Amino acid sequence: MRKLALPSLAGVILLVYPLMVRNRFFLHLSVMVLLYALLGVSWNLLGGYTGQISFGHAAFFGTGAYTSTLLLLRFGISPWLGMLVGAVLALLLSLPLGWLTFRLRGPYFALSTLAFAEIVRVIVYNWDTLTGGGDGLNISTDLGGVVRFYYIILALTVAALLVAGACVRSRWGYFLNAIREDEDAAEALGVPATRMKVIVLAISAFFVAIGGSFFASYQLYINPDLVYESQISIQMIVVTIVGGIGTLEGPVVGALIIVPLSEYFRSLSPVANPLIYGLFIVVFMLFLPQGIVSGVQRLLTRRTAAVADQHVSASV
Amino acid sequence: MKLTPYIQSMVNGLLVGSLYSVIAMGLTIIFGVMRVINMAHGELIMLGMYLAFWAFTLFGLGQVAALLISLPLFLVLGAVIYSGVVNRVQRRAGEMGTLLVTAGLAYLVANAAQLVWKADFRSLPSALITRSLFWRGISFNYSLLWAFLAAVILTAVTYLFLIYTDAGRAIRATAQDREAAALMGVQIHRINMLAFALGTALAGMAGVLLTPVFYVYPYVGRVFLVKAFVVVVLGGMGSILGAWLGGLLFGVVESVACLFIPSGYRDAVGLVVFLLVLLFKPSGLLGRSRV
Repeated sequence: MRKLALPSLAGVILLVYPLMVRNRFFLHLSVMVLLYALLGVSWNLLGGYTGQISFGHAAFFGTGAYTSTLLLLRFGISPWLGMLVGAVLALLLSLPLGWLTFRLRGPYFALSTLAFAEIVRVIVYNWDTLTGGGDGLNISTDLGGVVRFYYIILALTVAALLVAGACVRSRWGYFLNAIREDEDAAEALGVPATRMKVIVLAISAFFVAIGGSFFASYQLYINPDLVYESQISIQMIVVTIVGGIGTLEGPVVGALIIVPLSEYFRSLSPVANPLIYGLFIVVFMLFLPQGIVSGVQRLLTRRTAAVADQHVSASV
Repeated sequence: MKLTPYIQSMVNGLLVGSLYSVIAMGLTIIFGVMRVINMAHGELIMLGMYLAFWAFTLFGLGQVAALLISLPLFLVLGAVIYSGVVNRVQRRAGEMGTLLVTAGLAYLVANAAQLVWKADFRSLPSALITRSLFWRGISFNYSLLWAFLAAVILTAVTYLFLIYTDAGRAIRATAQDREAAALMGVQIHRINMLAFALGTALAGMAGVLLTPVFYVYPYVGRVFLVKAFVVVVLGGMGSILGAWLGGLLFGVVESVACLFIPSGYRDAVGLVVFLLVLLFKPSGLLGRSRV
């Protein structure tokens, strides 16, 4: 029972939150926190659990954003349906990349992601008859208010968490961990490493594209610099590292910390804002590489261990 | 069929490619010795470019002076980055950790440069960089020629250092087999630092040499980082000669391909080469097979 108490309390708070808080800025902030939590959870499934670092997830984010927006503008298809199409498209895009790079030992995947994201961006930028090029795309349809978007992104983020949770708590979770720790040993024990990595990349790309579609519908304007920029990829990494890489709740905690901070810094100086992402990565990797969640957990267990020790010594 | 434009772009490609070689050698030495992919390699190039730009603009110093200043500066910078950041993270978080921390460092440095030097595209005065030598209808840009010459000297010196000096031998031994090298009395920690400093210095000096040829701006590093990855994979990861050969080859391929495709897609050539190598010869031209 106690194990379920905290999640259900959090669930109730998240559900009634928009009814209690009427301030538009705070609602917007919560939408962004949830969006980055979704992105972080998706990136973490591949980067944290499987140990395959991607610097190019912006490619999937942008693909989701452009697909749903173009389907809406050209064919009048609802972006909530277009979201699914975009996600499937991103998934298909991820397959050849994964197949080509995951067969090989070594950091080929990480190396190729940068170039991959760049080429997708270049294509979208130059194919202006379809994508509007650097001018971007404007959505003039009314897609609903911020409260509606809040509930949608809440549902999407919870869905991503459930899928990620199902992945890592099943046999798969052990497979992924085994691949991260020692791929050769994992394969020797019969883990189909290449196939697992390709599948996890596909799931990760799918959910990141959903986040991209959501972002486009929420902002009502996209251009290549906004949705294909490396900053998008970096932000997913930052929320994951700060919260706790390779933990389920880490990216959520990370988003809760990073997104408000980032909004604050943006109001101070738009140029200095990206600086803090780099700073956070370096500082956390240097001093708290396990992130805040694991750091707090370790602190708590140390304390309970200390208390237990006291009990033992008292009873002796 | 007129061949001149093809020969011209091959010449240009070869000249620029020699600089790609220097960049890729720096990256591949660091990877070969300590299995670290330095994601901040591009930003080191960017810093070298700004160094050359400001050395000329503020003090009227030419390339040779800038090169001589950059060598000790970047050696020290590399040693500092290694002992302050990379070594610590590698011990605690492994390959994943060093990938992430150097990427964070890259992002930090690029945006700090943006804050300090603004996003302007800068270049040296054009009188300096557009003079060319003509021979049989082919033009040889003077600053490109000079950069090529300097790159060849740098490459040769680095190669001779690795082959004939004790420190170079220790670096190669560590790259081949870390444990065996340690057993033979190689101070692994010191060799790591030396390799990182050497790789950093090559990046910085390549930046100095690139300045007359390319625009200088805060985010320029990423462009060269991607090119360096392509070259390193093309040559074979960890192979010094491969990096040299791969750089020249990639320079030519990129330059010639630009005759056939719209200029907007120039940076896409790299990825195509990258994917083709992974598809058909993943170990690269001179690398050991790692499949």
